[in-house]
Amino acid sequence: MLEQYLPVFIVLGIAIVFGVATVLSSIIFGPQRPTTEKLSTYESGMKPVGTTKERVSIKYYLIAMLFIIFDLEVIFVYPWAVQFKKLFHEFGISVFISMFIFLVIFEIGYLYVYKKGGFKWD
Amino acid sequence: MTEFIYLTIILPLAGFLINGIFGRKIKNACPDSIGEKVIGWIGSGVIGISFLIALFSFFETLSLPADNRQTIVNLFNWIVVGGLNVSFSYQVDQLSLVMAMIVTGVGFIIHVYSIGYMHGDKGFWRFFSYMNLFIFAMMNLVLGDNFLVLFLGWEGVGLCSYLLIGFWYDRKFEKGTTADAAKKAFIVNRIGDFGFLLGMFLIYLTFGSLNFNEVFSRAESFNIDESVFNLIALFLFIGATGKSAQIPLFVWLPDAMAGPTPVSALIHAATMVTAGVYMVARCSILFASAPAIMTVVAVIGLLTALFAATIGLVQNDIKKVLAYSTISQLGYMFLACGVGAFSAGIFHLMTHAFFKALLFLGAGSVIHAMHEEQDIQNYGGLKKYLPHTALTFLVAAFAISGIPPLSGFFSKDEILWYSFANGSFVFWLIGVLTALLTAFYMFRLYFLTFEGKYRFSSEKHPHESPKIMTVPLMVLAGLSIIGGFIGIPEIFSGEHGNQFHNWLAPIFKSAERKLITYGSHSHFEEILLMVVSVIGAAGSIYFARYIYTQKSSIAVQISKRFSKGYNLLWNKYFVDEVYDATVVNPILNTSDSFLWKIADNKIIDGVVNSTASIIDVVSQKIRKVQTGVAQFYAVVMMLGIVLALFWIIFGR
Amino acid sequence: MINLSEIFQILPLLIIGAGILLSLVLEMYSKQSEKVLPWISVFLFIIAGIYSLFSINETRMIVFHNMLSVGGNTHVFYFIFNIGAALVCLLSIDYIKKYGTYYGEYYILVQSSVLGMMLMAGAKDLLVIFMGLEIMSVSFYVLAGLNRKRLSANEASLKYFLLGAFATGFVVYGIALIYGSAQTTSLEVITAKFSALSTNLLFIVGVLLFLVGFSFKIAAFPFHMWVPDVYQGSPTTIAGLFSTGGKAAAFSSIIITLIAIFSNSAQNVFAPYLAVIATLSMLFGSIVAIAQDNIKRMLAYSSISHAGYLTIGLAAGNQDGVAGIIFYLAAYTFMNLGAFGIVAMIEGEAESNLTISSYAGLSSRKPLLAAMLALFMFSLAGIPPFAGFFGKYYVFIAAIKSDLTWLAIVGVFSSAISVYFYLRIVVLMYFKELSSELTLFESKTGLIAVIISSILVILLGIFPGSILQLITNFM
Repeated sequence: MLEQYLPVFIVLGIAIVFGVATVLSSIIFGPQRPTTEKLSTYESGMKPVGTTKERVSIKYYLIAMLFIIFDLEVIFVYPWAVQFKKLFHEFGISVFISMFIFLVIFEIGYLYVYKKGGFKWD
Repeated sequence: MTEFIYLTIILPLAGFLINGIFGRKIKNACPDSIGEKVIGWIGSGVIGISFLIALFSFFETLSLPADNRQTIVNLFNWIVVGGLNVSFSYQVDQLSLVMAMIVTGVGFIIHVYSIGYMHGDKGFWRFFSYMNLFIFAMMNLVLGDNFLVLFLGWEGVGLCSYLLIGFWYDRKFEKGTTADAAKKAFIVNRIGDFGFLLGMFLIYLTFGSLNFNEVFSRAESFNIDESVFNLIALFLFIGATGKSAQIPLFVWLPDAMAGPTPVSALIHAATMVTAGVYMVARCSILFASAPAIMTVVAVIGLLTALFAATIGLVQNDIKKVLAYSTISQLGYMFLACGVGAFSAGIFHLMTHAFFKALLFLGAGSVIHAMHEEQDIQNYGGLKKYLPHTALTFLVAAFAISGIPPLSGFFSKDEILWYSFANGSFVFWLIGVLTALLTAFYMFRLYFLTFEGKYRFSSEKHPHESPKIMTVPLMVLAGLSIIGGFIGIPEIFSGEHGNQFHNWLAPIFKSAERKLITYGSHSHFEEILLMVVSVIGAAGSIYFARYIYTQKSSIAVQISKRFSKGYNLLWNKYFVDEVYDATVVNPILNTSDSFLWKIADNKIIDGVVNSTASIIDVVSQKIRKVQTGVAQFYAVVMMLGIVLALFWIIFGR
Repeated sequence: MINLSEIFQILPLLIIGAGILLSLVLEMYSKQSEKVLPWISVFLFIIAGIYSLFSINETRMIVFHNMLSVGGNTHVFYFIFNIGAALVCLLSIDYIKKYGTYYGEYYILVQSSVLGMMLMAGAKDLLVIFMGLEIMSVSFYVLAGLNRKRLSANEASLKYFLLGAFATGFVVYGIALIYGSAQTTSLEVITAKFSALSTNLLFIVGVLLFLVGFSFKIAAFPFHMWVPDVYQGSPTTIAGLFSTGGKAAAFSSIIITLIAIFSNSAQNVFAPYLAVIATLSMLFGSIVAIAQDNIKRMLAYSSISHAGYLTIGLAAGNQDGVAGIIFYLAAYTFMNLGAFGIVAMIEGEAESNLTISSYAGLSSRKPLLAAMLALFMFSLAGIPPFAGFFGKYYVFIAAIKSDLTWLAIVGVFSSAISVYFYLRIVVLMYFKELSSELTLFESKTGLIAVIISSILVILLGIFPGSILQLITNFM
């Protein structure tokens, strides 16, 4: 059974060898002349201020999550839209109705979030 | 109508629920006695409708061909797992229809009577709900098509009997309270039930089923050793002796008179106590296959009949006399079954239900009139005050004494004849002797109560009971008079002229095939024996009349001359005392000194408690695993998965 | 794509689905949602439940391109879920008032969790099972912590979510392996090929991981650790839903996945695993429940041990076992909801009155409640003639038929232990003095729910044969 996966292991092996080899070769063959400028985080940007572990408002996550949910659901619409003509020929009006129901459910969810103030920042 | 037979069971249950749940509310909601009327007529009405249904089913069954009169009405499957398949189904056939009509018919009359009798009692609604529950259980008992449903009814009627004996739980009864009497009835019945249960287990082991039809057909076709049949029949009979108050388990029935009189009439005379007879008749094929036990049944029945009749001679409590009379008559029924005359036993069961219910209800009417006085020595001359009661009581007394052409004559004489024909002359002789004693003590009771001089104080003003009580008495009196005509012996009615016998014949066909039937006896013999017993009974009645209305000194003289014998009878052969000394007290002592103090407290409690405490300690330790740390929970899950995977992968 | 006749076949699902949308709209636009929503939910659940019950006899078929099954035992499960949820809603009305924190989402989430359960019970494809599982679980995670101002609720919700997600991971992993070895997720095909696939290690491991994930949902040892903490922290009514609907849904999924084993067309390769899980769950649940002081924790451990008894039916791996499980689930749903319902009614504000000792002398204060709680305890302990007894009886009989007599003996032994802690409550209620500081709340709707449960428990105890026959007829 396992021999079926041999190509996968070969690819895996090549990937590992390639990754290690490139990193190692740059260390071995590259010239190394470090200066303070070169070692700083942003060589040619603003000076970093404060700590990196800053808290982000919970509202950001809420909106981000809502975005992901609606974004993902919209993906369903794309293949449907692309294939609509063909499907319509084959199945008739039910193709339209089913997507319509899906969108209605979807919109009720959207309305709900809106009414509950899910998009309000303040 | 037959397919609706389950209504006869559900209706009493509905009555029980209605009165049990809403009874108190109905009583409080209605003014005066209207509430009582509503409750009473609900309770009686459901039984009345049940009776009508049973009656219609009877006529419907009658129109079927004689060999095809069995209908099974399946309500639902109860337990269907393993080899055991028990369903709640009811068997409507000749035997169960007779029983159902007796139970609901007599039950209805007694319910109506109770509306008057229980008037003003604070537990009026409770009484009717218990009575309906009793009918429900009794109908399960007689209609069930398998032993488990029968047993359910069997236990149910025992429970109702317990509840109703102790109905007036706050009253005194003899040396204790009514609760003591109820307890006694319950415990003695448990002994019988234990036998019945063993019999049931044995039946299941032997035949692999508890269904009547299956068991009985297998009992015929299977090749089973007679000793197995003996054991089964013996255990079943032990059950029957408990429920039907036969030697040695009869002691509870006299005490059961602590309950209200309609209860004594319905449960402890007409219906429940006959359950044992019904069961023996139902299992006729099992008993017929065990001839030795048949003899035991006949002898026990005969002895009980004689034994109880002698005690009845001297008792002074009106209900006690009737109680011993009941035991004695039940003995007759078992005698009939024991000699193979099952249909005669059932016939006597029916006529007995009529006249014994009538006697008890009449006694109730007297007690009612005399303000709870039950001692017949304090009655006398009541005929003037209670004309209807006296007349109906007289009819019943004639019927039980076997005076033709009243119902008791036909049924009792049939039993006596079969005891001679299938049994022996000794059986017949003791049977007749018992019949003479019966006639004597019944008329002693009648004359002391209704005739002669007044012996009660002038403060008492006896009065006839209201119509609601006397009409039932008259209906029962009518039944007692004509009830026997459906079973006129063949000697008068010609070949196959006994309608009752013909009706039941298919039920007992297979049992009778197994038994040696009557030898050749001439009609002359039968008539001769009949005449002897009738003359004897008439003589006893006349003797009783002579002693108790004209020469009452004779009774006193006899009791003085035979003071030892009198004492023996007066104290009921000291059976209660003997039981106390030989069974009850030793058990109490051992249970107190050994079983409780040592076996229970030390050994059983010790083992149980130490097991419990070990589990407790283990439990306290293990609960600490629950740390509340979610990561740890995940680790435990992971460990479980890893173990399972290892097992599946490497364990193959 | 949509076949209208197929739409009507899944009417129970549609009723609840439409109910969720309706409830959402009401919650958005109505100020009265607290008064209206519970009754709408109860109404919909009862309609869906009754419809399912009466359509059991309809033709059994598989609709939506082999995705959902209709009729038969699927509808028996629908009935259990819907009536159970209706009881939960009835109990919740006054419970929520008592805590004074109402969120309209409560009833909506109960509805959506029931939708998930129904998808799990009706699924004919592993992906539909997974979808149902997620709809149910995510609703549950939120419901557990809905009372967000309470710390214990937050703890419960978070623990449930973390561990639940962990377990779901195994379910998905299992589904992936099954797909890898069977080249399909359709249960019809898998069932047909089951016995051939049983020799394939990958398939076995896949099913095992799938089972592990569901063992978490049914609260079987050693995947039970979340149960006491979550039951204790969640609202009592919701804990009742977790322990009944959630458990029943998980069992329904296991049954439909392993149906090849139960119809005897494949060998029960998982019998040892299931038997061990059953044994450990029963014993662990029963023993540890003894040491509990908090009645919700006690019921949680009791729930673990009942998962064990139910798993006996799976280990038996025959038709009787499945019928026994379904009967047991019906019985367990109603008796356990009854018990949780009474706990919810006795419970005071701020999680008071939850210790076992607060039940002392209840019989003199609330005779009806005490009598019914005693009935539920008797039934849970498996004392005849109540529903719980017959559930255990059928499952044990199934085990004996599969030559797993030892498992049945362990089951009886564990039931004997469990009598100790169940009856302790009865003893406290009837034979101990009243604890005086107990303040009791009235709840008419709750009382109705508990009375309905007790009637159902008694009915299941009186007519076990007919109901079992109904179930076996539609296997």
